[in-house]
Amino acid sequence: MSVRLQTEPFDPGALLTAFCAGRTETGAVASFTGIARAGRGETVSLELEAYPGFTDAEIDRMGAAAAQRFTLQDWLVVHRTGKIAPGEPVVFVATASSHRREAFEACDHLMDYLKSRAPFWKKEHGPAGDRWIEPTDRDRTDAERWETS
Amino acid sequence: MAQVLLFGRLADIAGWRARAFEATDLSQLRAALAGSDPLLGEALAGPGVQVAVDKAIVRGEATLSAASEVAFLPPMSGG
Repeated sequence: MSVRLQTEPFDPGALLTAFCAGRTETGAVASFTGIARAGRGETVSLELEAYPGFTDAEIDRMGAAAAQRFTLQDWLVVHRTGKIAPGEPVVFVATASSHRREAFEACDHLMDYLKSRAPFWKKEHGPAGDRWIEPTDRDRTDAERWETS
Repeated sequence: MAQVLLFGRLADIAGWRARAFEATDLSQLRAALAGSDPLLGEALAGPGVQVAVDKAIVRGEATLSAASEVAFLPPMSGG
């Protein structure tokens, strides 16, 4: 049950292997890796800003709520901050549960939260200059799926 | 002196990310910030800008101590 913000790149395979290790009573682990996209060559790099002590506390609160809602045994969120080049992993989420449905749904739920509401500020550095990004309508509607169910 | 932190586009507008200001409450701090930089003052009052005092979101007024950390948070983009 943990969240980690880091400026260093990470290896999603190594994170998943470590997360799965020693789980004789788990049954299901789902994971998601988000990778920085070039956007048809428009984005040279992505810059993510977090508020240390606030951003991680908010994600931790969301993770704890998801753990309760989806009966998780464990969860892990690793999120990059700082400058990220296209092709580099930005975010890794893993969820562990007794059954696959809960693991899949909790992972999907956590990603919708991370993409739409988590306290990050995102800037794209492109050939035409820099611009701050706000959540897309798609990010918002994806996150709203979880509000009534 | 309250420690003020700016994030996202607010830091770009101000040209700084962290600075100490003399203020005993949030209104006084907003006035001091707007007085030092009217463009920043306008941006801080803009839609969707939230305030956190000592890492907890505050709506409305709050008293500040010398040790307070006040963060102005523009709309969050998600990761």
